[in-house]
Amino acid sequence: MKSKNNSEEKAGEITSVVNRRLFLRSAGLATSLGTIVLSAACNDDDPDPMIPGTGDAVDLGTGDVGVLNYAYALEQLEAAFYTQVIATPYAGMTDAEKTILTDIRDHEVIHRDFFKTALGDKAIKGLTPNFAAIDFTKRDAVLGAAKLFEDTGVAAYNGAGKLIKDGGYLLLAGKIVSVEARHAAVIRDLINPKSADFAGDDIINGDGFDKAVAPADILAAVKGYVKDTITGANVGK
Amino acid sequence: MDIFKIIDDFQKIDGDAAGRIEYATRRHFMNRIGSKLATVAIPTVFASIVNKAYAQSAKAVDVLNYALTLEYLEDEFYKAGNAAAGLIPASDKVIFTQIGKHETQHVAFLVKALGAKAIKKPTFDFKYGGAFADVFTNYKTFVTVSSALEDTGVRAYKGQAGELLADPQILEYALQVHSVEARHAAIARRLAATVTANPAMKGWITGKEGAVPAIYAGEDNLTQGGVNLKGLASKSDAAISEAFDEPLTKEAVLAIAGPFIKA
Repeated sequence: MKSKNNSEEKAGEITSVVNRRLFLRSAGLATSLGTIVLSAACNDDDPDPMIPGTGDAVDLGTGDVGVLNYAYALEQLEAAFYTQVIATPYAGMTDAEKTILTDIRDHEVIHRDFFKTALGDKAIKGLTPNFAAIDFTKRDAVLGAAKLFEDTGVAAYNGAGKLIKDGGYLLLAGKIVSVEARHAAVIRDLINPKSADFAGDDIINGDGFDKAVAPADILAAVKGYVKDTITGANVGK
Repeated sequence: MDIFKIIDDFQKIDGDAAGRIEYATRRHFMNRIGSKLATVAIPTVFASIVNKAYAQSAKAVDVLNYALTLEYLEDEFYKAGNAAAGLIPASDKVIFTQIGKHETQHVAFLVKALGAKAIKKPTFDFKYGGAFADVFTNYKTFVTVSSALEDTGVRAYKGQAGELLADPQILEYALQVHSVEARHAAIARRLAATVTANPAMKGWITGKEGAVPAIYAGEDNLTQGGVNLKGLASKSDAAISEAFDEPLTKEAVLAIAGPFIKA
């Protein structure tokens, strides 16, 4: 119950419609899987997997380094998620789905390692993900989480672009965000094939724009999926 | 709103007034607008702000008109394709209707943002001087051209990001459109893979895999941020090339799009 209260407090702090929606979808995912989590928790070494932020405090840093570390943090989560997806495939994963999810895993691992290399000694530590809320045996749960991570990744890069001061870094972010958007579209098409969902009205606004969300709100949306407490207050500053 | 009138009045005296408004002030203003107004009102307000406070810098106007050229092209392409009887199978209609809707929205936004500075809609030749003669009668050709147009759009927007460093809000809008084009590209490529029975064509770009070679020049690049990533994380060259989309210069894009534009 502690984490639920935290969630509600957090939701109250978030003012924009966009961010509230992202956050609620994230919270909704955890809630809808709540019963599965309880049964799965017995096999988990962690005594209380639903309480996020029980790991280390991690400060992403300032300026462009902060933005790169922010991207590195998100890529770490994505890479860890898809690594788990491929290590323990959900029931009924088709060959076509496995090919797609393996491709995506490889892209995210490459993104993660690229940022780690690029940041050198300025890189944040390796994060400890918390995927206790995701039932990796179920297709719906895995693809639902994948959709959330990809849409969030796109919104995060879109929102971080204007915080970047160096044109080279901005271009790099641009090279990666469109790949994340490709992932989002394909995952959405796996969930609801041949529908408008690949760029659905739930995510694209009336101007035909994808979301752009600020780091603080993205970090709030993903905090349930990482044990470390990430601070991004000075990203881009 | 008074702020608009104030900016307008400044504009009458000094054509570049909007460009001189402090960025911090602008950003503060944008944040306030974003959090106070209902979702429905935001697009219109944003467009007005772009028009009145941002699109005055010559560089931004150039980028937006360049984007508008490509969006006009895409919009007209899907309007014609969606209207062509018997072209798009019923199973895929919803996809191209959705893509077409977004292109129409992008055109509308850019026209509004640019105001009097918006270019006129060009006249297009989607048969590309005969290369795609059956584009609106043969679904295979239509899907192929669609995937090529979307991937070009992604590369084009990406190539302009650096030009907008001094216009943070325009940059953000461009990024928001850029990722939508990438979503379109992924779905169009998957349809193209099926229709042309080419399993090497994925939602992401492996090496230079795509319908029209010129459009994919350089997509097989493995060097990012000055570092050759070959062998990174023990992944294949194919995976590394897929993980990064590459930009195109305006010149390269216009060379590709040129044969589509009659006048």
